[in-house]
Amino acid sequence: MSELLQFLISGVTVGAIYAAIALGFTLIYNASGVVNFAQGEFVVIGGMTAAALIAAGVPVILAAPIAVVAGTLVGILLYRLAIRPAGQAPLVTLIIITIGASIFLRGAMQAVFDKQIHRYDGFSGDAPLRVGGATILPQSLWIVGGSIAVFAFLAWFLNRTRAGRGIKATASNRMAAALVGINTGRAMNLSFALSAGIGALAGVLATPVTFTSYDVGVLMALKGFSATMLGGVGSPLGALAGGLLIGLIEALTAGYISSDYKDAAAFIVILLVLFLRPQGLFGARIVERV
Amino acid sequence: MTRQAVAAGVSALALLAGAPAIAEIKIGATLAVTGPAAFLGDPEAKTLEMLVEELNANGGIDGEEVELVLYDDGGDPNKARTFATRLIEEDEVVAVIGGSTTGATMAMAPLFADYEIPFISLAGAVVIIDPVQEYVFKTPHTDRMACEKIFADITARGLTKVGMISGTGGFGASMREQCLDVAGAAGVEIVADETYGPNDSDMTPQLTNIAGTDGVEAVVNPGFGQGPAVVTRNYAQLGLEMPFYQSHGVASDEFIKLAGDAAEGVRLPATPLLIPDQLAEDDVQRQPVQDYIAAYEAAYGEKPSTFGGYAYDAFHLLTHAIREAGAEDPAAIRDAIEAIEGHAGVTGVYSFTPEDHMGLDLSAFRILEIKDGGWTPVEQ
Repeated sequence: MSELLQFLISGVTVGAIYAAIALGFTLIYNASGVVNFAQGEFVVIGGMTAAALIAAGVPVILAAPIAVVAGTLVGILLYRLAIRPAGQAPLVTLIIITIGASIFLRGAMQAVFDKQIHRYDGFSGDAPLRVGGATILPQSLWIVGGSIAVFAFLAWFLNRTRAGRGIKATASNRMAAALVGINTGRAMNLSFALSAGIGALAGVLATPVTFTSYDVGVLMALKGFSATMLGGVGSPLGALAGGLLIGLIEALTAGYISSDYKDAAAFIVILLVLFLRPQGLFGARIVERV
Repeated sequence: MTRQAVAAGVSALALLAGAPAIAEIKIGATLAVTGPAAFLGDPEAKTLEMLVEELNANGGIDGEEVELVLYDDGGDPNKARTFATRLIEEDEVVAVIGGSTTGATMAMAPLFADYEIPFISLAGAVVIIDPVQEYVFKTPHTDRMACEKIFADITARGLTKVGMISGTGGFGASMREQCLDVAGAAGVEIVADETYGPNDSDMTPQLTNIAGTDGVEAVVNPGFGQGPAVVTRNYAQLGLEMPFYQSHGVASDEFIKLAGDAAEGVRLPATPLLIPDQLAEDDVQRQPVQDYIAAYEAAYGEKPSTFGGYAYDAFHLLTHAIREAGAEDPAAIRDAIEAIEGHAGVTGVYSFTPEDHMGLDLSAFRILEIKDGGWTPVEQ
C-alpha cells in the first residue's frame, strides 16, 4: 500500500511539472493558434537564472521572481523580434520560427550560463515529509501548488478579464477581433509574455527536484506538449489534467511494470485518447464553418 | 662577394627555413570537443594543448618541437573517420590520440592497421582492445573493471545480494550489461534490476521496488550525468540505509554538489585524481596526479576531470614511446608503446603486453567514500 502511495506521489510531482509547462503552451495557443516550441527554453531560462543568482548569493525569495521576470522579458523579445516581424505569415511559418528560436536560445544559454548541470536547495528545505509510509519532498508541494495556482489564474484571466477575453477573441478570428476594437498586437504580446513567465516559473519551482542544464528544454517541451495534446489544446483544465495523467502513468508503469516502458505507456494512452477524442480530454470540438 | 659566399649564404638560409619543418614531430588528435560528448572531448583537448605547449617550452622531444594537429569530430563516427584519414594522409602525423567516444574510436580503428600508425583511444568500452588490434591502444579503464571493483568491495563487507538501478543512456546501459556479466564470477547475486531514462527526474518508484525486494543488501547505480544525482537524492528521500554505490561515471566534485547531503556515505570506484593530497608519499601515482592538477589549474583555472586524465596518460605514453623509438617510423613507436612497463599515469599504472593494449589492472581504481562533502579513500 505504501508502495502505491509512493508511486502516486512520484507521479503527481512529475505530472505537476508537465502541467505547468503545458499551461504555458495553452496560453500562446489561445492567442495565436501557434504551438510555441520554444516553451521548454523558457523553463530552462527560469531554472538557470535562478540557479546562477542563488549561486551568486542572492536569496531565493529575490532570485525566484527575478528569474520569472527574466523569462518574461525573453518571451516579449521573442514576440517582438521574431513573431511580429513575420506579420500575417501562415501558422506553419510561425511554428517553424519558434523552433528556430528554441535552437537559438539553447545556443545563447550555453554562452550566457554554461554547460553544467545546476540545482539549488528546495524552498522549504530538502528533508522529506512522511505520509503514511511514503515520503514526499516539500518542494513537490511547491510544484503542485504552483501548477494549481497558475491554472486558477489562467482560468480566471482568460474567462473573466477584458485582456484575457481579448486574447481568446484574437485566437478565434484575428481580423474580427481587430474590427470590434481589440488591440490584437497587444493581446499577442501579452500572451507571449505570460506564457514565458509561466514557463520560467515552472523552471524555478522544478529545478530543485529535476535539476536543469541548457539542453533539457527540448525534452521538457515534448512532455509538456504531450500533456497539452492529451488534455485538449487551448484548455487550461486540460493542460492540468493531461500533465498529471502523464506523470501518473509514467510513475505507475515504472513502478509496476518496468521503467523501460514508461514513455511507451504514456504515448499509447495519448494515441488512444486522440483516436477516440481527437480534441483531447477537455478540448472544445473544432468546427470548421465553410 | 664571391660565388662561394653566396652559395654558403643561400644554403644557410635554406637550412634556417627548412630546419624547423623537418625537425617537427606531428601528433594527430580527433576529439569530441563540441556536441553531446563535449564533457569528454573538451577537457581532453585542453589537456593535450596544455601538454604540447609545456613540452615545447622544455625543448620538445630530444630538441624537436612537437606539433599537435587537433580536429573536433563532435563525437560523430563518420567525421572521426574522415579526420583520422586526413591526419594520416595529409597531415602525415606519426601517431593519433583520440576518439572520445567508443563509436568514434571503432569507426577509425581499422584505418590504423592499414596505414600502420599507432593510435591511443580515450574511450571506455572493452571492445576497443578485446580482441586486440595491433595498432590500437587505450588509456581509460573499462566499465567491466568498475563492476568488478564495486563487487569486490561489496563482498569485502560480507554482502552478496545486490540491487541495480541503471541509466538507459550509453554509459549506464553498457555498464549494466558488464555488471550482470561479471556478477556471478565476483560472487554476488543481482536480485533486482531496475532502469531509468537519462533525463528522468524522479526515480522513487524504481527505488521503492528495489527496497521491497527480499534480501537486497546493497544497491549499485551505473549511470552518467544528472541521473545518478537524482537517484542519490531519491535514495535519501526514501530513507534507504543499505550501502549505496555509484560508478566512475560520476566521479567528480560536481556530483557531490548536485546530490548534496544525500551523497554522504556513497561509495564509488575512481582514479586517484580525486584525492591528490590523500595519496601515500610512496604512491607512484602521487607525483603525476599532483603535477597534472597543478598544471591544469594554472592553465585553465579549474580542476581537471577524470576524462582529461585519460588524455594526459595517452600523451605521456606516446611521447615516452617516441623518445625510445625516434619519430621516423610509426611502427617502431607502436612497438615502443607495447613495450612500456610500469608507467605511472594519473589513471593508473600502465604495463602493456602484446595481449593487453590497455595495460591497467584493478589497482587503477580506488574505492572512495563521500564523507563531509569530500572524498575519502576506503582502506582495503
